Amino acid sequence: MSILVDRNTKLICQGITGSAGAFHTKGCLDYGTQVVGGVTPGKGGQKDAHGLPIFNTVSEAVAATGADATMIFVPPPFAADAILEAADAGINLIACITEHIPVLDMMRVKKTLSQSKYDGQRLLGPNCPGIITPGKDGATPGSAEAGCKIGIMPGYIHQPVGSGKSGKNVGIISRSGTLTYEAVWQTANQGLGQTTCVGIGGDPVRGLNFIDLLELFEADPETDGIVMIGEIGGTDEEAAAAYIKANVKKPVTAFIAGRTAPPGRRMGHAGAIISGGEGGAEEKLDALRDAGCHIAESPADLGTTMAKALGI
Amino acid sequence: MKIHEYQSRELLQSFNIPVPGGVVIDTADQAAGAFKQLADGGATLAVVKAQVHAGGRGKGGGVKLVKTAAEATEAATTILSKNLITPQTPPEGVPVKKLLIASGVDIAKEYYLGIVVDRAQGCPVLMASSEGGMDIEEVAANTPEKIIKEPIDPDKGLLGFQARKVAFAIGLQGKQVGQAVKVMMNLTKLFLDTDASLVEINPLVVTPSCDKHPQGEVLAIDAKIDFDDNAAFRHKDLRKLEDPDEVDASEAKAAEFGLSYINLDGHIGCLVNGAGLAMSTMDIIKLHGGEPANFLDVGGSATEEAVTEAFRIILADDGVKGILVNIFGGIAKCDTIANAIVGAAKNIGFTVPLVVRLEGTNVEPARKIIEAAKSEIPTMIVGSDLTDAAKKICDATAA
Repeated sequence: MSILVDRNTKLICQGITGSAGAFHTKGCLDYGTQVVGGVTPGKGGQKDAHGLPIFNTVSEAVAATGADATMIFVPPPFAADAILEAADAGINLIACITEHIPVLDMMRVKKTLSQSKYDGQRLLGPNCPGIITPGKDGATPGSAEAGCKIGIMPGYIHQPVGSGKSGKNVGIISRSGTLTYEAVWQTANQGLGQTTCVGIGGDPVRGLNFIDLLELFEADPETDGIVMIGEIGGTDEEAAAAYIKANVKKPVTAFIAGRTAPPGRRMGHAGAIISGGEGGAEEKLDALRDAGCHIAESPADLGTTMAKALGI
Repeated sequence: MKIHEYQSRELLQSFNIPVPGGVVIDTADQAAGAFKQLADGGATLAVVKAQVHAGGRGKGGGVKLVKTAAEATEAATTILSKNLITPQTPPEGVPVKKLLIASGVDIAKEYYLGIVVDRAQGCPVLMASSEGGMDIEEVAANTPEKIIKEPIDPDKGLLGFQARKVAFAIGLQGKQVGQAVKVMMNLTKLFLDTDASLVEINPLVVTPSCDKHPQGEVLAIDAKIDFDDNAAFRHKDLRKLEDPDEVDASEAKAAEFGLSYINLDGHIGCLVNGAGLAMSTMDIIKLHGGEPANFLDVGGSATEEAVTEAFRIILADDGVKGILVNIFGGIAKCDTIANAIVGAAKNIGFTVPLVVRLEGTNVEPARKIIEAAKSEIPTMIVGSDLTDAAKKICDATAA
């Protein structure tokens, strides 16, 4: 099992003819994702380098291919519109990889998506690496051993469910891309497989959040433990801690990046800033500790802390 | 992007928010004229204020009350003559190049008004308080009930009834309410129209009763505005307000190459891909007894040229006694980084210890490149994993 995406997920890429969109479409295809087409307005009717059909609009793409997921590589000025187009076309999972989208655009997107007609449709990101349910790297898309990679993560580091020597599996949730890879790498080295790994993105206003995914991982029978990677800025980790305390029985390993970050400075991610006495790492760690999470004090201890919590 | 107070005042005025009269000068000999201009407008005293981005200007002697043209000249001369040191500046302070001379205003009561992004709700939020003129973070910490919050619809803006509710809640009365409602609505419009990330009027004041304003006048005395850099593409005009003197030269240089760099006080330079991993690299250095000299995210699409520039920027900091390279290749490829290290060794030269930890995409060819270059880069040490790398750079740079 997995959450949100699996080998049956049918993916399109919005911005498929751009350099990043084309490059990562190939990466997802090569990994074994069912990529069924792409969207670039004005290039409808053409095919990409891999023979995938290109459509002018998302709704055309959905009608022709049955796509239920999209990854967005549209440049920042047009990305919010691309998200709303995907939602309007009924796409279930909208993964927005684009970085540097104005915060106001995301606030407006969030407000629109909160309408009841979009219930059940989910936005991941923006400014995120995407989501992966590991399968065999290079499997035939849709085959029994295939997984689903949506986004920019290096597929080969992931360990499909049950393939780790411990037989146990974890779910990973992170605000940071490369730290997600670090968690994947370290848990795989501990003999753990991953059910699904989700990068929720480094922006202050985003779609899916820790709590949404904690709920899904808690309910997923194959997920034995959860790795949660937060960072300075905002109070989402504190909210997640309260949720964990009340609702999550599975062991959660938590790490917070930015303990040494100076207040008032934006540490790369638009959302990574300690401001107004809020968003510091220690408050987050205290809340997570109080919720019974297993804290990784060092970013090098993500795998060992999770393994220990799972009794390995 | 941050702007100066005098620029914020001009922006407030362009959105019909009343501010007291003011004149901007850049030499002390303009101070007397500026004072006279304000006096002609009815001012009996004025405030001379240093225009720097750092807060706490008053504590550093950057704000002076003057009653005559001669006093204005004297204050201007003093402030412009030396670096201004405040709790928020580097220890050596910052140079002052411009002064705002603003009309002094009689104050009946001070309030606070601000708009920030409420990250949890995903919308802007108006914050108002009857405790104006103070550090609002202290008010929030000590008497949170004195801060009134009202969410703002990002499409519709602040609605009239919301503004009235806030105005009454902070204790405004009579005609003051209508004036404050206008300020709040216009401030919201400013926030939304300019893609601001923070607007703050502190204090917003009500003046004592006078013939013209029997119930007092609502005025914005000091303002702070920050903008969302991600929206810069649709606000070319606002970008002109950026003061290059307030931008760290290394950070600006890094941005040109698509690097995200923040200068810090420690002695271990960091070169990392990804913001989260870059922060964590700083954390693990500290955990093993070192101090990071910078935050540096080379980004996903880092070219050899950009990585070479990153090394140049790191090494330009005299405090750097060693460098930790920590790469988990995803989009960024380890071999690109390895080639950049070899290239930088040739073009710049490494005289300080360099610990390299590579993992992820194309790590095998990268390891071969590093192995082959070892003899050419005698200060280079290979870290087998994150902890090993952190320990090695901390050991190599320990005094």
